[in-house]
Parts: sequence; structure tokens; C-alpha cells
Amino acid sequence: MNPGNRPLSPHLQVYKPQITSVLSILHRLTGIGLAAGAVVLVYWLNAAAYGPDAFEYAQDLLATWFGKLLLLGWTWALFYHLCNGIRHMYWDAGRGLELQQVYMTGWLVVIASLGFTLISWIAGYGLLGGI
Amino acid sequence: MAFWVGFKMDLRSDLGRVRGLGSAKGGTSHWWAQRVTALALVPLSVWFVFSIINLVGVDRGGLKIWVNGPVSFVLMVLFLIALFYHMQLGLQVVIEDYVHNEKNKVISLILNKLIAVFLVVSGITALMKIAFGG
Repeated sequence: MNPGNRPLSPHLQVYKPQITSVLSILHRLTGIGLAAGAVVLVYWLNAAAYGPDAFEYAQDLLATWFGKLLLLGWTWALFYHLCNGIRHMYWDAGRGLELQQVYMTGWLVVIASLGFTLISWIAGYGLLGGI
Repeated sequence: MAFWVGFKMDLRSDLGRVRGLGSAKGGTSHWWAQRVTALALVPLSVWFVFSIINLVGVDRGGLKIWVNGPVSFVLMVLFLIALFYHMQLGLQVVIEDYVHNEKNKVISLILNKLIAVFLVVSGITALMKIAFGG
């Protein structure tokens, strides 16, 4: 594409961030992030398939502070993408498209994803003894 | 009144309109597959997170017991298939949106498909080794 000397239409950065646009781009970003997480999942399974030493190494790697940070991020990304995905399917059914409903379900997705993340990590640490 | 009034103007040929596949020749298949895999992933990913929480800090023996459980193996295989199918569809849209150079776009789209297939086969093979191996 050759833009030449023609005027450009205003791009994203001139607009004030809104709940609708921010949640939309977050859906794509969490999707990309989860793809990276899926690669780690396959690595983890392969480490277990390879042998006890390889699996222990993978477990130790994921138990470092950086590993835990990534796992926390992936937990939230999964719940966000899941909740917002359900929101998308609700829209696909032709429902919830009034602006007030879009705002309401948007905030619901944010709160639910954070809540599920918190519950998961409390469950992982507290109930089962943690790493 | 002219004779053509009442005929709907359409830039598509009659054959193109009947086929209903649009310029990408894919019709609604990509969109539909994304929704079907998403629907499958709703229960599967909830089950996956629940399982992972139960597997926190597990050793290889514990993982083997879990994989050999009544439903884990089947659900895990289904999860991996739905996950990587859905991932491939999603990343394809990202590539189509942002990679404008035709050559890079085609290479990225092919790599996206091949890597997704590699990952799902690799994951399922690993599961089988855990379940049936030593």
C-alpha cells in the first residue's frame, strides 16, 4: 500500500479509551497471550512424557516468581477471554446490544474474570497446600 | 418506466451470488468454526482450570494417575483439539488484519496452520506417552 501524499484518517490514539474499545482489544490481546500459554502447556506435557527429571525441571521453572507471574497472567487471560467470549456469543444471538447492556456486561466480564482468577489462586494455594 | 427498474443492482455475478462464498471463497465457515470451537471450549476450559488447580505441585507419578483417570485423557484430547483449532482461527484473523505485505501474509498464514497442527499432535502424543509409557 502506498499512502502517498494523501490525508490520513485519524487513528486509534486520537480517541479517548472507552470500556467498549478497551475490552475489545483486550479480547484479542488475551487471545494472543493464551496462544503463548498453549505452547507452554504442550512443553509441560512433553516434559512429563519425556521423564521425571524433565518434568521436575518444568515444574521448577513454572514455580519461579516469573513462572508464577506468567501463570497468574494466563489464569486471568483465560477467564477474561472465556467470559468475554460468552458475551460475544450472547451478541451473536442478537441479544444485549443496547449500549447500556454493552457497558453492563463489559464491567460484569471484568469483575467476573478478576473474581475467578482470585478464587482459582486461593484454591491453588490455600486448599491444596500450593507449591 | 424503464424495464430495469425493480431489478436489484448487484456487483456479484449470478453464480457468485448463488454460491454465497464471498471474495475469500470461504463463506461463513471460518466464523462458524470459531463459534463452535468457542462453545466447546466453555466447559472444557473450565474443567481444565479446575484440573490444573488440583494438579498444583504434582510430581510425574501424580500426573500419570490423573491422566489415567476416568475422564481426564478424553477431555484433555478434546480440549487440545478445540484449543488449537480455535487458536489457529483467531491468530489467522490477527495476521489478516495486521500483516499487509502479501508475501509475509501468506507465509504467516501457512506457518500459523502448520504450527497449530504440530502443537496439537505434539500435545496428544505427549498425553499418550504419559498414559501408556513407563
